[in-house]
Amino acid sequence: MSAIVDFFGIAVIIAVVKVVITFAALLGTTIVVVWFERKVIADMQARIGPSRWGPFGLFQTLADGIKLFFKEDFRPQTADKWTYAIAPVAAMVPALLGFAVIPVGDEVTFGDTTVGLVMSDLNVGILYFLAMGSLGVYGIVLAGWASGSKYPLLGSIRSTAQLISYETAMGLSLVPIALVAGSLSTVDIVTAQAGSVGRVTFFDGIPVLEQISAIFRFIPNWYIWSQWPAFVIFFIAGVAETNRAPFDLPEAESELVAGYLTEYAGIRYALFFLGEYVHVVVISAMAVTLFFGGWDGPTFSFLSWLWPVIWFMIKTVAFIYLFIWFRASLPRLRYDRLMWLGWKRLIPAALVWIMVTAVVNTAGVARGVRLGVFIGLFVVVMIFIARGDPRQLKPVSPQSQGRATRGVA
Amino acid sequence: MILGDYLPILFLIILSTLFAGGSIYASSKVAPKRSTRAKRLPYECGIVPEKESERERFPVKFYLVAMLFIIFDIETVFMYPWAVAFDELQLFGLVEMVAFIVILLAAYAYVWKRGGLEWVE
Repeated sequence: MSAIVDFFGIAVIIAVVKVVITFAALLGTTIVVVWFERKVIADMQARIGPSRWGPFGLFQTLADGIKLFFKEDFRPQTADKWTYAIAPVAAMVPALLGFAVIPVGDEVTFGDTTVGLVMSDLNVGILYFLAMGSLGVYGIVLAGWASGSKYPLLGSIRSTAQLISYETAMGLSLVPIALVAGSLSTVDIVTAQAGSVGRVTFFDGIPVLEQISAIFRFIPNWYIWSQWPAFVIFFIAGVAETNRAPFDLPEAESELVAGYLTEYAGIRYALFFLGEYVHVVVISAMAVTLFFGGWDGPTFSFLSWLWPVIWFMIKTVAFIYLFIWFRASLPRLRYDRLMWLGWKRLIPAALVWIMVTAVVNTAGVARGVRLGVFIGLFVVVMIFIARGDPRQLKPVSPQSQGRATRGVA
Repeated sequence: MILGDYLPILFLIILSTLFAGGSIYASSKVAPKRSTRAKRLPYECGIVPEKESERERFPVKFYLVAMLFIIFDIETVFMYPWAVAFDELQLFGLVEMVAFIVILLAAYAYVWKRGGLEWVE
């Protein structure tokens, strides 16, 4: 054992162990999440859901995966051979890579070695996460183009436009987090959210607000309290990034069959599927890390290193549940409304919120001015959002769609 | 030890690529191969496709979105160093960034008014 440690160095051994555990855990999580989604949606629709394989149908996903593995993997003759083969890998790998910067627990000490429960604590953690989200677009573009078929191409260009639109909103929504934390490292951001809100000095000297702020002492110091508009923008963009309902236009089956997946079968389809569900887990985990204190939670002396991991998992599952709930409740957006929401609401709202955060955190400005700017811009944003009821968007008339559809039904 | 932080990521790239490639390869060994003419055709709702290949042109709107994306994404990239260094820059940083965002908002307003953000005319 020590010979192996001497040869490779302890850092390499730790890295390999972390990678293998993370990879296995993500695959296992995906299997459970797919089962969880089917069970929850079945429950919401008063059905039973998977029930045959294993306890509560838990092995159903595994059975489906094995079935896909043994299915014929044929490709259309119009497909570009290599691009078609690479696309599923290009879709799955970046989704998995996004998890690398997510801290799942506090530091653990084995003997004389201290290991952080994060795969790699990059000093550019948030940027890395956004970059991996962007790389995921390649899998979809390549899949759609390489298939050499109508629906995949349409699905993939739609998806690309959607992803890059919401990518911008997501990038802007995380700037205020970097601003208040003063770091891009996810570990630093979780550390900055430790403890309780404490005494809020912002309202000192203002009669009623000062007393009310005393109760903040019992509330954990998570960024969700001060940064909730950023969270709302981040999470909407996150759902759009994963191509999940109500933003699942790339695979809108009523118009595009299965979008960029149409020409994929067997194990390659399974890889796309895996990538999508891993992406859901990663977005949920990132929302927890940046806005809900990560692994922060009460710990007890018994197995003290395990509690943070359990808290992290409970919070992440809550967000995965939210993803599933969206899919069960919300109808799919129309494409022009999707672009409207991304470009005309989320991006300006995110820009204004960056300014609000910056003004509030500037020490050199008088507090009255900061409070005024805060309330003023807040009201402006609320009015702006309230005015933008998508039902006021004009419906698309058949006439504007050209001759082809005129007179039909 | 900055580069060392990227070591696990390199391992994860290798492991996940091997997993994906390996499962595709293994599947191709065990899965049946019974190719027929109908299977080789691209899908078109069950009818024989009109054209052999479908890599044709698509609306210019999508290119416009891509260009706008680059502008705003570069803006985002500029904002991250500013946000991290905000504690030191304080009021100077705030004024500089407000000026930067106002210039960009002017361009944004122009695009909006010209209908660059409208999807349906």
